[in-house]
Amino acid sequence: MRKRLMLLLMVLMMVLVACGNAVSPETEDAAGTAVSEAGEAADAAADAAAEAADDAEAAVDEAMDDAEEAMDDAEEAVDDAMSGDAMANCEADELGCVTVAPGEAVNIAYALVISGPNEPLGRDSANGVEMAVEAFGELDGHPINIIVGDDGCSPEGGQTVAQRLTADESIVGIIGTSCSSAANTAIPLVTQAGMVMISPSNTAPALTAEDRGDEYAGYLRTAHNDLFQGRVAADFAYNELGARTAATIHDGSIYADSLQQVFADRFAELGGEVVAQEAVNVGDTDMRSVLTNIASNAPEVLYYPVFTAEAGFITSQAKEVSGLEDTILMSADGAFSPDFIKAAGDAAVGMYQSGPYVASADYDAFIEAHVEKYGTVPPSGFHAHAYDATMILLNAVKEVAGMGEDGTLYIPRTALRDAVYATKDYAGLTGTLSCDQNGDCATGEALAIFELTEDVVSDPDNNFPPAAIYQPGTGE
Amino acid sequence: MTLTERLRRLDVTTVIMWIIGGLLLFFIVLGSIQSILKGTYTPAQWFDFFVFGISQGSIYALIALGYTMVYGILKMINFAHGEVFMMGALTTYFLADEMNRRGVFDDKGALGPTLLSTLFGLIVLFAVAIFISMTVAVLLERVAYRPLRGAPRLVPLITAIGASFFLQYTARGLYGSNNRSYPNVDLLKGTVTFGQFSIQVVQIVVAVTAIAMMIGLYLFVQRTKTGKAILAVAEDKQAAALMGIDVDRTIVITFALGGAMAGVAAILYAIMFRQAHFFMGFIPGIKAFTAAVLGGIGNIPGAMLGGLFLGIFESLGPTLFLDGLGINSPNQLKDVIAFTMLVLILIFRPTGIIGERLSEKKA
Repeated sequence: MRKRLMLLLMVLMMVLVACGNAVSPETEDAAGTAVSEAGEAADAAADAAAEAADDAEAAVDEAMDDAEEAMDDAEEAVDDAMSGDAMANCEADELGCVTVAPGEAVNIAYALVISGPNEPLGRDSANGVEMAVEAFGELDGHPINIIVGDDGCSPEGGQTVAQRLTADESIVGIIGTSCSSAANTAIPLVTQAGMVMISPSNTAPALTAEDRGDEYAGYLRTAHNDLFQGRVAADFAYNELGARTAATIHDGSIYADSLQQVFADRFAELGGEVVAQEAVNVGDTDMRSVLTNIASNAPEVLYYPVFTAEAGFITSQAKEVSGLEDTILMSADGAFSPDFIKAAGDAAVGMYQSGPYVASADYDAFIEAHVEKYGTVPPSGFHAHAYDATMILLNAVKEVAGMGEDGTLYIPRTALRDAVYATKDYAGLTGTLSCDQNGDCATGEALAIFELTEDVVSDPDNNFPPAAIYQPGTGE
Repeated sequence: MTLTERLRRLDVTTVIMWIIGGLLLFFIVLGSIQSILKGTYTPAQWFDFFVFGISQGSIYALIALGYTMVYGILKMINFAHGEVFMMGALTTYFLADEMNRRGVFDDKGALGPTLLSTLFGLIVLFAVAIFISMTVAVLLERVAYRPLRGAPRLVPLITAIGASFFLQYTARGLYGSNNRSYPNVDLLKGTVTFGQFSIQVVQIVVAVTAIAMMIGLYLFVQRTKTGKAILAVAEDKQAAALMGIDVDRTIVITFALGGAMAGVAAILYAIMFRQAHFFMGFIPGIKAFTAAVLGGIGNIPGAMLGGLFLGIFESLGPTLFLDGLGINSPNQLKDVIAFTMLVLILIFRPTGIIGERLSEKKA
């Protein structure tokens, strides 16, 4: 009997684990409310902004004054540093101090998804980081060294990589994570260690929400916020495609869940009807059941902002499910890569994706350099964001680093974090970046909707990225 | 035995388990009735769920055979079996891709999608995948398990997990971590319609091939000398050796057969889902292991039934049981359904659906 009891206990545990893997309803609700609240807040802010245009001018003046003062302070700080107090200043820093002996390298790290099916997303950003470090050159005679970490695109992976990286006190800052679910577990550890982390591709709204809490203090991002991406996607579906009914699928990750929620809220707000909000698990292969569920509501648009593998299965199976033949498929930046197109195959022709979009002369030069260095075009869409994130971090390090008399570099962590937050009008590849107090540095312009045409699908390696057909602001 | 005697023999654990089982059954029945009464889904859609389940389940069943046969003969869980499946699918991808470029499967090339060329192409793919999976399985046995034959049972189990990681990351090193997309075979597109019901051609092919392979394996084990040797070694190694059976050779054959089934499953998976990557073996492996336990581990028809059972409930369960109870996005909970089924089966039939009676020595 004891044996059977043990067996029962084991099986119950397995059920619990399975339940745990599917997002617990509580967090889902919390994320949902956070998103809708944030959406409301954004609307309210927009109204307020319209009313208070006059006040704004005054505010700008004030801000300019503040900024000048801050600049003065910074200069003073630099003067202090120059006058040999660098070591003392740095050691007094409450978050700690990184000392780099003469001739040694300054360590920065990245925590990106560099294995598994989402590898292109992380590889893409990692290339951006490497190119930025190369372009930056030496910092006051010290080379820059990159320490590599893998966020696994999962909460567990985020925690593991953060534990490993924060244990290394020589690291000044981290570029990462690739995935929002990894960020959620990594951020508290990074903040606690006094480090600063800038993400090139986390887009979940909660990470930079106004009420995000102190444990997020060490976190910023150059990627767009999904409050924006979801809105653009919904606007596009409603206004440009003329759809009036939509369904969404998420995979239980923070990224997908909050993005589809933003989309659904905006779509409903515009007057459309959201007929189904379904979910799958990461690692599922058979999407036919969930698609059949959705087909019973016959939506005009199906929006599934999930990652490469699952998006591939959904795309290739959607056309095979009766009732979805005429449904327009839309996914988002999590699956914005040639690998996704290869996984989806011919079924991807005619679908839409929202994703990062950068166009400038500097960017073209970057792409050329990328092709020269790695032999291919970037494998996903966040290389420019990673480049900018790295540059912001390195510029901030340069700004706060004090040089000792023997050439030792002193980098105070609090000052570094403040310097990153104080980034203003930085001319990056993705546009002009300024970081706000919640950690959002993105311009809010570098986003577009892409259509996957026959050309791209038949040869994704060479014809990626597809042509942008809609940009926020150019439509209605 | 009279009723009162039986009642007196009941102990607390059994009663608790029956209560849990009863509650689960109650909710399942309640949910099913409500879902059907709600009428959101047409009979054709219910039929679709069922067919998806059969095709997915027959792949689980093929992989489960590998688990169950190895368990039957060595009493160990070969956790690297999912990777045997992955190796077959991922290695064969390169051949499939090359054949696709040459127009074996569609009308892009000069040959055109004749029935003959497609059939030839698929048979070659099956042969190559079987060969690769078999080789990996046999090597696994030779390198990782045979040296540990006499060791305590926990040792080969841990080795199996290690071998699983080794194979995963070997595949990653050899083939990269990208998602590979299998060609879409032209002749497998489309559906067959009977009245209001329709089935996709690819699902018929998958289910028929899988079931044919399973019947073939069953007959092989029951009718041939080699098959009987496997059964004999599974029964009692020492006694089998005394009867003149080469135990090592029989074990190798068992691994090879399991590998061959995994190779077939790999190609069926590939033509159905059209994706392959180095981590693809993990989840089907876990599911197939569950299927093997469901059916009664160590038992070949059990693995087949367990696989089909699991596939059908995964596909049908979320909508049938949970939709009616008003639970949102039920498909996310399909693993819960699968494991709840496992709980139910183990409560009412602790040895699996058609599990063998475990004798003292085997248990």
